[in-house]
Amino acid sequence: MSNAPSASLSSRSPRSVLSPISNSIAAWGVLVIETVIAVGAISLFMYRTLAWMSTRLPRRETLLPNFNQVGVLSLPVIALTGTFIGMVLAVQSYSQFKLLGLESRLGAVINMSLVRELGPVLAATMLAGRVGSAMSAELGTMRVTEQIDALASMGCNPIHYLVVPRFLACLILIPTLTVMADFMGVVGGYFFSVHILGIDMHHYWDNARDFVGLWDLFSGIFKSFFFGAAIAMVSCYQGFNCTAGAEGVGRAATAAFVYSFVSILVLDLFLNIFLEAAYEQFLPDRPVLL
Amino acid sequence: MSMSGPTDGFPDNAPDAVDPLAELRGVDVRFDKQVVLRDISIAIPRGQTLAIIGESGCGKSVTLKTLIGLLRPSRGDVFFDRQKLDELSERELAEQRTRFGFVFQQAALFDSMSVGQNVAFPLRQHRRMKPSEIRDKVHLRLAEVGLPEAVVTKKPAELSGGMRKRVGLARALVMEPDLILYDEPTTGLDPIMSDVINQLILRTRDNLHVTSVVVTHDMNSARKVADRIIMLYPLSRLRPEEPQIIFDGTPEELDQAEDRRVIQFIHGEAGERLMEMREAGVTP
Repeated sequence: MSNAPSASLSSRSPRSVLSPISNSIAAWGVLVIETVIAVGAISLFMYRTLAWMSTRLPRRETLLPNFNQVGVLSLPVIALTGTFIGMVLAVQSYSQFKLLGLESRLGAVINMSLVRELGPVLAATMLAGRVGSAMSAELGTMRVTEQIDALASMGCNPIHYLVVPRFLACLILIPTLTVMADFMGVVGGYFFSVHILGIDMHHYWDNARDFVGLWDLFSGIFKSFFFGAAIAMVSCYQGFNCTAGAEGVGRAATAAFVYSFVSILVLDLFLNIFLEAAYEQFLPDRPVLL
Repeated sequence: MSMSGPTDGFPDNAPDAVDPLAELRGVDVRFDKQVVLRDISIAIPRGQTLAIIGESGCGKSVTLKTLIGLLRPSRGDVFFDRQKLDELSERELAEQRTRFGFVFQQAALFDSMSVGQNVAFPLRQHRRMKPSEIRDKVHLRLAEVGLPEAVVTKKPAELSGGMRKRVGLARALVMEPDLILYDEPTTGLDPIMSDVINQLILRTRDNLHVTSVVVTHDMNSARKVADRIIMLYPLSRLRPEEPQIIFDGTPEELDQAEDRRVIQFIHGEAGERLMEMREAGVTP
């Protein structure tokens, strides 16, 4: 009972009134500090990867399995995704363009959307799901079963042996897969527009050729290099920093996909801003679609 | 015999100045805010087999990983063959590590590779040898740990726990290291296989004259293989002024130890831990 008055007094004290505010500021402070630490850690991780890559390239026997995993095994899913995206674009755009009597311009819309935006972004997203999560889970399992420590204890640098080949595979092959996604999307869009919706083939390709240029193709491929690098870095970092147990590996695989996807979208925005500025600077006479 | 001197970077007042191959000197290791090792100094002379014992969580494995630079101390120095590991570049450290062999608790074999590829791995990475020479060396090391040639093509997942540990030992030995570290080599094995591993540790020491550090909480194993035993105690149970190493001596001296904590550990007595669990509301 003797404590009651003091408790009541303390509950009215300025410190008590301010504590929710100070707690909230402290929570934000913790979040900011953790974010800064995470950004610093991943930057350092990337720096070490690039440093090892520039000093010594990995051996063929470590590179080829990663190229196979990222490139060859991803081809079917990328081709399938590209084809269906091309067809979906045809389905969605047709009714609107038909109302304006511009259905023959579908070729331009589909192909431009594909090579500039959907091809690179969807190919990267598919690979973040297929390759990024797998990389993260594999490296995470290696971390929790001490295989990464075993590598280091045998005088092999784990970044050089495990991260550099994956980074190179993503950096080199994701642009190649993007070209594949673009191509299959163009084929899918053409097939649906011409053979299902009955658009005249000559006008379809004529418009496509007029409005889609080399710059569009280049900008899509240019972006995909950054997407590939982001997927490899984020996924390998998550795997290397995996916490113990099956739950830790699962969490690393999920985080690898989520953060890769977010990185792809953020990079896409900034790269588009940069590319638009570059386009305006060097090629101001852009053809107008409508 | 002392190599120490102010000019060679090796400490003058080393705890054991009899040409230590590896040494921890005043080492603290912490993970975020959790301190695992505090002011640890251990010198390991060449040819010695040192066993580090202690209950789970006292920092035995951390000590082992700190010894070969897998973990960096937050304070203090780590020396290997008179070189300070902290001062080495990443590349120089990798070079030094080819002189270590590490047998991990769960063997840590690369599960994407066959047994033969696992054992051959360090040779392929660091030695310029013909494939036939590598094959011969792999077979020799596997034979030394009592494994038949037939296991060469098997994947680690197809092996029993004891076989995996022996493959791990063969991989650690293939580079003919100067220092070999065993992280709980008998944990999870039946008594017979535990004894096989103990015999292999002894045979390795005798044949290769290698310096060994064995981390274990298996007292039979420690008594059988060690020339010297160190016991670590968890920091959470120590006052700030108390040393973390509560015993350092021969196996014979261990049996005559008077420290209650040492006696409790070597006889496997729960003691006050049961009372603590009851107080915490956990009834064993």
